[in-house]
Amino acid sequence: MAGMRGRLTQGETSGDKRRLSNKPVDKKKTLLRLWRYLGRSRYLLMAAIVLSVTSSALALYGPKLSGTALDAIDLGMGKVDFSVVFRCAFWMVLCYCLSAILTYLLRIAMAHLSKEVSTHMRQDIFANMMRLPVGFYDKNQTGDIISVITYDVDTVNTTISADAVQILQSVVTVMVSFIMMLTIAPVLVLIFCVTVPVTFLFSKWYAGWTRKLFRERSRKLGALNGFVEEMLTAHSTTRAYGREDTVLREFDEKNDAAIKAYTTAEANGTMNGPVVNFISNISLSFVCLFGAVLFYQGKVTLGNLSSFIQYSRKFSGPVNELANIFADLQSALAAAERVFALIDAEPEAEDAPGAVAIEEVSGDVQFQQVDFSYLPDKPIIKKLNIHAAPGSLTAIVGHTGAGKTTIINLLMRFYDVDGGSVLLDGRDIREITRASLRKAYTMVLQDTWLFNGTVFENIAYGKPDATMEEVVKAAKAAHIHGYISRLPQGYDTVLTDNGASISKGQKQLLTIARAMLLDAHMLILDEATSNVDTRTEQRIQDAMRRLMKGKTCFVIAHRLSTIRSADNILVLDKGEVVEQGNHESLMAQKGHYYKLYNAQFDSAG
Amino acid sequence: MRKLLKYINPYWGIILVGLAIKFVATYAELEIPKLMQIVLDEKVPAGLEKEIYLYGGLMILCSAVALVLNITANRMASKTAGKITRTLRHDLFDKLQRLSPRQMDAVTVPSAVSRLTSDSYNVNNLIVRIQRIGVRAPILLIGGIFSMMTMDVPLALILIALLPLIAIVVFFVTKRSVPLHQKTHALQDKVVMISQENITGVRVIKALSKAEHEKMRFNSAVEERNAVSLKAQKVTGLSGPLTTLILNLGLTILVVAGAYRVDSGGIKPGVIVAFLQYFVMILNAAVMVTRIIIMCATAQASANRISEVMDLPEDMAVISEEGLEKNAPHIEFRDVNFSYSGKGNNLENLSFSLQRGQTLGILGATGAGKSTIIKLLLRLYDVNNGKILIDGRDVRSIENEVLREKFGVVFQNDFIKMTSIGENIRYYRELKDEELLSAIADAQASDFVEEKGGLSGEVDIRGNNLSGGQKQRLLISRALAGKPEILILDDASSALDYKTDAGLRRALRQNYKDSTKVIVAQRISSLRHADLILVLDDGAVIGAGDHDHLMETCEEYRMIANAQMGDREEGA
Repeated sequence: MAGMRGRLTQGETSGDKRRLSNKPVDKKKTLLRLWRYLGRSRYLLMAAIVLSVTSSALALYGPKLSGTALDAIDLGMGKVDFSVVFRCAFWMVLCYCLSAILTYLLRIAMAHLSKEVSTHMRQDIFANMMRLPVGFYDKNQTGDIISVITYDVDTVNTTISADAVQILQSVVTVMVSFIMMLTIAPVLVLIFCVTVPVTFLFSKWYAGWTRKLFRERSRKLGALNGFVEEMLTAHSTTRAYGREDTVLREFDEKNDAAIKAYTTAEANGTMNGPVVNFISNISLSFVCLFGAVLFYQGKVTLGNLSSFIQYSRKFSGPVNELANIFADLQSALAAAERVFALIDAEPEAEDAPGAVAIEEVSGDVQFQQVDFSYLPDKPIIKKLNIHAAPGSLTAIVGHTGAGKTTIINLLMRFYDVDGGSVLLDGRDIREITRASLRKAYTMVLQDTWLFNGTVFENIAYGKPDATMEEVVKAAKAAHIHGYISRLPQGYDTVLTDNGASISKGQKQLLTIARAMLLDAHMLILDEATSNVDTRTEQRIQDAMRRLMKGKTCFVIAHRLSTIRSADNILVLDKGEVVEQGNHESLMAQKGHYYKLYNAQFDSAG
Repeated sequence: MRKLLKYINPYWGIILVGLAIKFVATYAELEIPKLMQIVLDEKVPAGLEKEIYLYGGLMILCSAVALVLNITANRMASKTAGKITRTLRHDLFDKLQRLSPRQMDAVTVPSAVSRLTSDSYNVNNLIVRIQRIGVRAPILLIGGIFSMMTMDVPLALILIALLPLIAIVVFFVTKRSVPLHQKTHALQDKVVMISQENITGVRVIKALSKAEHEKMRFNSAVEERNAVSLKAQKVTGLSGPLTTLILNLGLTILVVAGAYRVDSGGIKPGVIVAFLQYFVMILNAAVMVTRIIIMCATAQASANRISEVMDLPEDMAVISEEGLEKNAPHIEFRDVNFSYSGKGNNLENLSFSLQRGQTLGILGATGAGKSTIIKLLLRLYDVNNGKILIDGRDVRSIENEVLREKFGVVFQNDFIKMTSIGENIRYYRELKDEELLSAIADAQASDFVEEKGGLSGEVDIRGNNLSGGQKQRLLISRALAGKPEILILDDASSALDYKTDAGLRRALRQNYKDSTKVIVAQRISSLRHADLILVLDDGAVIGAGDHDHLMETCEEYRMIANAQMGDREEGA
């Protein structure tokens, strides 16, 4: 798909500020960062390791006890030393009970560990999501991002916490067995000096190859998630056009791709186990053969050979496990890359050191020689100069949306200018904290946004300490109080996103009520009332006019009354302000505005 | 869960073949230590050098066989599981698409998405794992018990007596953990929902500096999910240690009982030695088997969530056809009553009819029931009382495919996909580029479409790189493409300037003569030429007729009209 380039799921980098860049990933760095997540829960990790070592030591002690008991039984019929047998049995029961308890404690420690790792990861992702510039979400599919939060974090998490403990346990066993083997027959160890490196070299080579496959698996699942999220949101549209079958065909393509990536990764990922087993079986065979040869040459005794083989089996078990963990890690690493890409996605720049939190604002806004572009070679705004005096109304008109929305993006510092500066009360807004700058504005957008929560919570969203009276007052001012009182639970009714019985007009009124509660000195309005019926609209306009009074207002205007009463009209064309002035002066110029006005606002009957 | 078995059914053959291969591979692998034992115990002491090499060769052969067969079986397992999951997802997506809006609201989109991806993935994993390790453990378990039985029945019975105890543990753990897992998934849906809300509401959240609040909301949802998940793990974590403990206690009993048997001369001490060796094997196998069962339980929570959707009844079945009414109007509403919640009426006693090619205009305050009429006509919801007829047929008796072929629709806030302009307009239909282009021209969208790069121009997620008016014209193009029998525009031109709106109306008049049009609008100018205009208030019709008629008879209409004319005259 041509449309997929440069997004979360793809590797190419484009200069677009709004797209997630995918820098080449360093495996060591990824591992190190994963390790750091474990490190954040180091006490749990240590507890898990201690528990794991002691519980397995206890489990190993059991056979020793049963061995002692056997020796007592081995005396034969009528001669069994029952006192030893019972003593051993007693210790065995104790030992096994203790081991079971420790094992269970280990499980719980592991569960806590994995919980902490996944919580930290999800919180880090979300924290960065909150800092990402708004445009990021215009370019990356919601479902794809969510797939990182859910699937990829889970994949990382199930592997690394379990593996981290397992690795240490295996390493201990391997080392102990290796030393024991060295003391018995150093010559035979030579075989392992060949096979063990072969095992690890193979795993390493293999890992590099499979990681690509696992990466693909994560990507394709993300793409499927993105598609499904999008198309289920479009549920009604698809049904209205009766396109279920065709959509299903496209789903099948994405599904097949995801399944194929999954199967390929899985099928190849699981090859590691049998191959490593093969190598260790072969090495056992060779130990056996060469051991026999050594025995004939009188270099080892039969007993030595037998215990060497027992240790070598003990030895190869964890070696195999280590190699398998190594393979397992690849799927975690591939998923981790996506997690870290989202955590590392470039956020809005930090507030400058010494940035001021503004409180009292008079509302004098100036654009000085502002340049801006989303793409390096496609300037959106060039050398823009605007001055909005306190309490003035600036109307922004023009054909295309891009330029108009960009001005809002710059005012609110959703983006920073490339050149020039935006001043508020004479101070560069980059020297002001974002939070206080944004608080200075009230914004009403055309796209209404409500969340799963009560009507009250939705209206009071911008003012958490609002009382019921204030909320009701705002709702009344926005002419939505009547509707709310008719809802089954009134202000406590929970709004669900797809709530069928709430129309777009009502949603808009709710967001206007939300804005009414805010007490900011500046107002940004984006043709917010276009879906409301005429009578309500007139009332809202009244309310809005009251809201606008004494405030510096920026309005993306579609309504004549707004435009004509504006102190300054900016006429935008392809990102440039082609004309500026009030209605009369612009009409007199008979230029862009005159043409636009006649085309757009003239009565057409 | 049982329902999902039908997805596995076609693959039993191949699964059995895979298991058989796995069986042979396991057998070959288990032969290796035995061969080695023979070499060490018999051949080496006896000095049979040639046979040693022979046995060495056999061991290598067994290793190779195990390698090849294991890889083959694993691959087969992944492929089979992939095929099963593909079909399962296909059917689930199909089902989800065909849910009624009411059912979809109940399921919620985030939950639907995770059922389709995460849950199906869990089921898939189970199918793979069972095929991969499901053979070895039972073989070892059964083989071990069998060998013991051949050596000494009374001692073997001690172990067998323990098996029900293990079964009880597994049963208890499963029973307790499945609901917990299911609850974890439901809470995970909430995490997804909050993420989704934050993505769509990013501008508002930033503008109001609510990031900290949202973080808290997200974090507490994550914590809540994790708390339940932890509880689930605490329960499932019991099974391994408990199984091991039970078996180990059995071993202790076995040693003591064995001591008595040896003492009384019932068995030789060597039997106990052999028993202890098999015992380790059985212990490992039993732990593995319980793990598989627990895995089944975990996947069952996911399977249940999938079944829940699959089992939803078809909300709006096609009812059997009734007698066609002759000379019927194209569209007719007959005493229609409707309510979303079941309480109070969102539409009351609505009746009207339209001839083919006529235009219906609907006007009314926000929330008056305008969009509801459209949703009923499209049969996204069914009426509570009364009837809606198209060409004299009840819409409930028309096959979905036939019914929906008739429409071209723009909803409020309609869906725009991140793809090309052309694909957005085509919307999965088989339409030629020329048809798209003529629809674009009729929708007055040619200028901006050209500017954005024509049909292949790219559209951002939710159409975020388009202005309100551009989005509407893109959606109108979609509705017009294919010249629908019935054209529905729900507040589709509110962001258009008057001139563009007029151009659109002219194009509708000239090029869509045969289409019956239903237009919801707030502007009188968009409606005044309609053959019938309905003025709605709170679900009831307070005025019906053409513009002139309404100007005379409907107070509300007159007020709105005057207000709007005033606005326009102000601009003239």
